[in-house]
Amino acid sequence: MTDEIRFEHISMEFPGVLANDDISLSIRNGEVFALVGENGAGKSTLMNILYGINTPTAGNLYVRGEKVTDFSPKAAIDRGIGMVHQHFMLVPSFTVAQNIVLGREPKNAGVLFDNKKAEKLTRELVKEYGLEVDPSAEVRDISVGLQQRVEILKTLYRGADILILDEPTAVLTPQETDELFEVIRRIVREKEMTVIIITHKLYEVMAISDRVGVMRQGKLVGVENTCDVDEKKLASMMVGRPVLFDHLEKTGTPGDVAIEVDDLYVADNRGLPAVRGVSLSVRKGEVLGIAAIEGNGQSELLEAITGMRKINRGHVTVCGTDATGKTPGEIRALGLSHVPEDRLSTGVDKVASVSDNLLVGKQKEKRFNLFGFHQRRSTVDRYAEELYEKFDIRGAGIHTEVGSMSGGNMQKVVVAREFSFDTPVLVISQPTRGVDIGAMEFFHTRIIEQRNAGAAILLSSADLDEVFRLSDRIITLYEGKITGEFKADEITKEEIGLYMTGTGEGAKA
Amino acid sequence: MNEFTWTNFAKIASSTLSQMLGTATPVALAALGGLMTEHAGIMNIGMDGMILMGAFVAAAVSYYLASAALGILAAMVFGIVIGLFFALFTVKLRSDEFIIGCALNTFAMGITAYLSRSLFGSDGIRGAAYLHNIHIPLIKDIPFLDNVISGHSLFVYLTWVLVILMWLFVYRTPTGFWIRASGESPETLRTAGKDPEKMKWVASILCGVFCGLAGAHLSLGKLNGTFVEGMSDSRGYIAFACVIFGAAHPGKVYLAALMFGFFSALGLQLQGIISSDLTEAIPYVITIIMMVYVVVSGQRRREHLAKQQLKKLELK
Repeated sequence: MTDEIRFEHISMEFPGVLANDDISLSIRNGEVFALVGENGAGKSTLMNILYGINTPTAGNLYVRGEKVTDFSPKAAIDRGIGMVHQHFMLVPSFTVAQNIVLGREPKNAGVLFDNKKAEKLTRELVKEYGLEVDPSAEVRDISVGLQQRVEILKTLYRGADILILDEPTAVLTPQETDELFEVIRRIVREKEMTVIIITHKLYEVMAISDRVGVMRQGKLVGVENTCDVDEKKLASMMVGRPVLFDHLEKTGTPGDVAIEVDDLYVADNRGLPAVRGVSLSVRKGEVLGIAAIEGNGQSELLEAITGMRKINRGHVTVCGTDATGKTPGEIRALGLSHVPEDRLSTGVDKVASVSDNLLVGKQKEKRFNLFGFHQRRSTVDRYAEELYEKFDIRGAGIHTEVGSMSGGNMQKVVVAREFSFDTPVLVISQPTRGVDIGAMEFFHTRIIEQRNAGAAILLSSADLDEVFRLSDRIITLYEGKITGEFKADEITKEEIGLYMTGTGEGAKA
Repeated sequence: MNEFTWTNFAKIASSTLSQMLGTATPVALAALGGLMTEHAGIMNIGMDGMILMGAFVAAAVSYYLASAALGILAAMVFGIVIGLFFALFTVKLRSDEFIIGCALNTFAMGITAYLSRSLFGSDGIRGAAYLHNIHIPLIKDIPFLDNVISGHSLFVYLTWVLVILMWLFVYRTPTGFWIRASGESPETLRTAGKDPEKMKWVASILCGVFCGLAGAHLSLGKLNGTFVEGMSDSRGYIAFACVIFGAAHPGKVYLAALMFGFFSALGLQLQGIISSDLTEAIPYVITIIMMVYVVVSGQRRREHLAKQQLKKLELK
C-alpha cells in the first residue's frame, strides 16, 4: 500500500487557539482510517485542512505525492477528496438529484439545467453503489439516514476516491450504522477508495477501521493498527490517563412512584403530534431511560413534564401532585429539577457569570438576600465557590462568563445547579452531549449517586451506551408512542434498535 | 354618476384593467429584482431608493442626451453600480441589511432632491425624451382588449418577457440553483466548490438593474419624461411585499403586483365617490391584508399538514 495522503508538520492556529500542533501523519491507499479524540482535540480542523476549508498556518500536505498549494474545497474536490460533514451540507428545498449535482450540473443546450439527466445520473450512482434513494424526493422530506446517503452519493458523483466522514453515526440508529459500515466496506473493497472516519465512539473504531490515529489537545498522540489496541487503551490515550468506566455501583431498592405520566399528548413546534398517548412512571431510587432516535417525541415529552411545553391531553403527576398545565417554576416547587437538552439555549445564561448561573432558582432563599432586594454577593460567591469545587468545574473562576467555557464545563455548571436543589425528581436530557470522556465519567458517577440517594430520575439520551449504563429500566419511543419497556440488563442494544425504529414487535413475531 | 349601461361599464372596466397593468409594472419590475436578493438570503428593503435613483438617472440622461434609450441604459448601468454598492455593505462588510436598506432609501431621497433642484430647478425634470406608448397592430382592432392591453409603454410588455426569463433563470439554470442555495444553505454551496458570496453579489447587482429599470419606467414610460421628488412613492416597499407574498416565484410575484395594481386602479375609479385621501390608501390597506393572509395561510397549511399527519399515523 502506498501513501495516499501525507501531513507533514501541519499546524493550524486560530486566533488564540492552536487547533493543530505539528501533526505528521500518513494515510494509506485503500484503508479505513479512524481519527479519534475528544471534542476540541482538532480532528475536524485537520480534516478541514485536507478538504481545503482551512489553510494550515505551517507545514505541508501531500495528496498522492503531490504537494498541495491551493487550499479550497473546489481544489480538494478536483483532487478526488469528498467530505461528509457532521452537519449535513444539503439544500433542503432541492431534490436529491439537484443536491447531488450541485456545483456540477448537467446542462442541455449549454445553458439550462437538465433535471432529467441529473436524476438519471443519480439513479446510475444508486445502482452502482447500492445506496437506495429516490432521486426526485425533496431532501427536507427524507430521513436523516437517507440524507447521509445523499451526502455520500454527492461525493461519489464528484468523483471522490478519498472519503472523509465526520462523526457519521451521531445521528444514526444502530441498524443504520450497520448499513453505513456495510457501504464503507463495500466501497473500500470494490472501488478501492480510502476512507477517513472521524468519531469518538470507540466501538465503531474497532468495528470498521484498519488503523486508528488518536488526537488530544491539537496533537496526534499515537497511530496504531486497530487490531493491536482495545477500547480501553484508546480511551486512555484520548484522555491522557486511565479511564475507569465499569464501577458504577447501583444500590438500594426502588421506593414510591415520584413521576407519573398518564396518556400524554403533546405537539411539536410545527403543531404536529409529537407525543401520542405516553404513560410511564418512575419510582424513587431508579433511573428510567428513554431510548429513541432524535425527533421521536422524547424532547417534547420531557419539555411537557417539566412545564416548558403545552400539554394537549393527559396528566403529569410529580410527587403526588397534579403538575398538568403548571409553569416550570410551579413544577420545580413540587420537587423536580431539570437538566435541559440544549444547555446553550435553556441551560445557562451565556453572558452571565458562573456564580450567577449557579444562583438561578435560589435568589429568593433567605441566606442570599437581605429583605428581599439586596443580594448578598459574598454569600453567593462563597456558595458558588463551594459548588465550583464540588463539581470540579474548570475555568477561570466563578466570575467567568459561562459562554466562554467549554461544553463540558458549561454542562457541569448546569448539573451543579440542578443537582444542588436536592429534589426527589430529576429530569435529565442529553447529559453528556458534546462532552468529553473524562467529564462523561464524572456525570455518570454523579447521576448514579443521586439515584442511590433515592432520587427518581428520568433520563433521555441520544447515546445508547449511556442509556444502558445508567438505566434500571428502558422504554423505547417511536413516533411519539412507547414501543417497548425493558429491564436494562435483559435486552441488548441491537434488540433495542429494532424497537426504536418501530419494527420490534414485527421482528419478534 | 352616469346611468349604468354596459358600454359605460366596459369603458370603466377596461380603463381600470389598463391602469392595473400600468401601475403594476414598476412594482413588478422592482419585485423581479427583489426576488433575486430574497433567494440569495438578503433582506432588501432598499429597493425604493434604488427605484428613485434609477428614475432620476434615466430622466436626467434622457434630458441631456435627448434619447430615452440612453436614459434607460444609464438607469441600468446605474443599477449595477448601486447593486455593487449594496453588496459591498451587506455581503462583503456584513453590515446589517435593514440599516443599509434604510440608509439607501434616505440617501436616495436626499441626493435626488438635491441634484434635481440644483440642476433643474424646483419643478424637477420636465420634457426629457420619453418612450411613446405602443399600439399593438392586431389587438388594436379588438374593442375591449385594445383598451386594456394595447397602448402601454414598452416596459409593460417587456415585463412579461422578463417574468418568463426570470423564471427560467431562477428555476432552470445552474446559476439560479446556486443563487437559491446561497440563501438557503450557503455552506452547502461553499463545499460544492462555489462561492455563495459571489452569488449574493450577482443577486444584488441583478436587483439593482431591475430597480433601475423600474425607475426608468416611472420617469420615462409612465410619466412621459418627468422626474419629481419622491416619485418612487413607496413602490419599493410594495415590491418587497409582493416578493414575500409571491414566495419569490417570478409568476406569483407578478400576480401579486397585478393585484396591487388592480386595487390602485380601483381606488382611482372610486375617487369620484369617496374622498381621494381614502382611496389612495386602498392599495396599502390591501398590502397589509395580503401580508396577514400570508401569515395566516401559512399557519393554516401547517395545521392542515398536522391533521393529515395525525390521520396517517392513526391509520398505521
